[in-house]
Amino acid sequence: MSDTTAPPRRGFTLPPMTVIGPVLALVLLIVLGASLNSNFLSAANVTNVLARSAFIGIIAVGMTFVITAGGLDLSVGSMAAFVAGLMILVMNAALPTLGIGLPLVLLGMGVALLAGLCAGLLNGLLITKLGIEAFIVTLGSMGIYRSLVTWLADGGTLSLNFELRRFIRPIYFDGLFGVTWPIIVFALVVIIGEIVMSRTSFGRHAAAVGSNEHVSHYSGISVARVRLVTYVMLGLLVGIATILYVPRLGSASSSTGVLWELEAIAAVIIGGTVLKGGFGRVWGTVIGVLILSLIDNILNLTSLVSPYLNGAIQGVIIVLAVILQRGRKASS
Amino acid sequence: MTFMKMTLSATALALMTGSAMAQTQVIGVSIPAATHGWAGGMNFFAQDAINRLEEVYPDLDFVLATASDPARQVNDIEDMVATRNISALVVLPFESEPLTAPVQAVSDAGIWVTVVDRGLSVEGIEDLYVAGDNPGFGRVSGEYMVSAMPEGGDIVVFRGIASTIDNERVDNFMAAIEGSNINVLAAEHGNWNRDTSFEVMQDFLSRFPNIDAVWASDDDMALGVLAAIEAAGRTDIRFVLGGAGMKEMIARTRDGDPMIPANVTYPPAMIATAIELTAVGLTSNAPVAGEFIIGSVLVTPDNAADFYFPDSPF
Repeated sequence: MSDTTAPPRRGFTLPPMTVIGPVLALVLLIVLGASLNSNFLSAANVTNVLARSAFIGIIAVGMTFVITAGGLDLSVGSMAAFVAGLMILVMNAALPTLGIGLPLVLLGMGVALLAGLCAGLLNGLLITKLGIEAFIVTLGSMGIYRSLVTWLADGGTLSLNFELRRFIRPIYFDGLFGVTWPIIVFALVVIIGEIVMSRTSFGRHAAAVGSNEHVSHYSGISVARVRLVTYVMLGLLVGIATILYVPRLGSASSSTGVLWELEAIAAVIIGGTVLKGGFGRVWGTVIGVLILSLIDNILNLTSLVSPYLNGAIQGVIIVLAVILQRGRKASS
Repeated sequence: MTFMKMTLSATALALMTGSAMAQTQVIGVSIPAATHGWAGGMNFFAQDAINRLEEVYPDLDFVLATASDPARQVNDIEDMVATRNISALVVLPFESEPLTAPVQAVSDAGIWVTVVDRGLSVEGIEDLYVAGDNPGFGRVSGEYMVSAMPEGGDIVVFRGIASTIDNERVDNFMAAIEGSNINVLAAEHGNWNRDTSFEVMQDFLSRFPNIDAVWASDDDMALGVLAAIEAAGRTDIRFVLGGAGMKEMIARTRDGDPMIPANVTYPPAMIATAIELTAVGLTSNAPVAGEFIIGSVLVTPDNAADFYFPDSPF
């Protein structure tokens, strides 16, 4: 572990390894994929990979802020499952009164956003007002949401009404000019996230809080408020991810969103954000998410290795991506 | 199709019936929590069987514990022995290895042990073994594939979570299609999960221009596969064979959906069989020690109505 909390600046030579590391890993994966299967770069496959990356990607952008501000949220996967379950229940329940149409879909979206916001607020308040470790609070809420969705589904699966599912499918599968909605929303979230992180005082405050709580406090930054906002933002983004997720299969169960939290955290770290806080990079997170999705995709498109080894390949590439990023500092 | 292999153990039986009658006996039931559809069904049928049996046998009490991981299941079982003084334990082990020693300790304490579905890693611990027929599940699925595609064709195979169960199913499926003209293009783990299977099927569709049929081997995976096929608008896939008998899928087979012409059962209600047999063993002198293997049955539109349980969550 090094104490670096900002990217090292090396003047006019090549960009530092922390910048090119993840990009290099992504490019290598793309070259590998393209050389192994001619369909890898086809529009259909690219759309599939980007659209399925959107859930984790949108959540990971929020996670970047939480981690940058020195926090952590383990509950996002369970939270997504719970919000999805709630959204399905409410839409099914309101179906007889509202009928299939835009108002019902808007209601569903509203429920998802509100539920995500409340869940994030709850995590944030417990962490900042009561001063409980983020790890413990979100470990607790992870179990709570996972159980709640199992309970809502009575141990089975919550499914949207069949006609309703037909109606909202386009939210995942259609889009503008051949680019599907999940990809558009993901791109917007990333652009806004990048601007907030690097161009606004909130982004700088988040990094300052994550870097040194006490100094931030004496500099007049409201540490608790900055942290609280990062958790609320993350909750809201979980809501947005859920809105895109539900139309895909129209169902939620206790196996929805399992391990999404770890994938999101892994993507954030691969992207160059420092796990203990103080420095965050939204565009890096996107690279991290794409690397994770591409590994799965390439393994499915080829039969190079036994499927038993898929997990090992993923693990190796995650570690390699981070090593690339650390570059020559690895010796310490 | 259901058959019993009974190996009588008269001593165990005499032990049980001798001390029985008179006072209330407690049966502990320890199962994994409802973390996926099949387990949800199993939880439902366990609760259902307990409610029914408590009415039938006033002298029997039941303790049901659901565990979300093997370590917690061990704690549950220890608590049952220590605080509820159970006379019998019905256990569906989360995993074989970690549960073997704790269940052996229960058995050594003279408590009747019924093991369900997942065997322990040491033989001879349990008094009664109730299980689904995993090799049969694979074989019946493979035989159906051969009969549905007499001229052969290209299929993709979805596997579950890497485990003995999965291996037994897949090995027997492969054996059953051997010698036919059915060609397995690829096999990947869908982990008995809808989302994973959706993504794997998307990638299979990108990879192979023509797929004749899919052995999804599980109904959750079949639903993910069907969604991916529908989204891609592909018409080359003639049918998808799931398995385990989820009620929505059974209904579609019953209603003649051409994409889902059949199903192969692996009933979560086997937990009810186990609890029921254990109760019979505790309260009567009917011998129940041995093995009870519940066959995997092919469900077609003709018999689908018999396998549809509207109240079950699975």
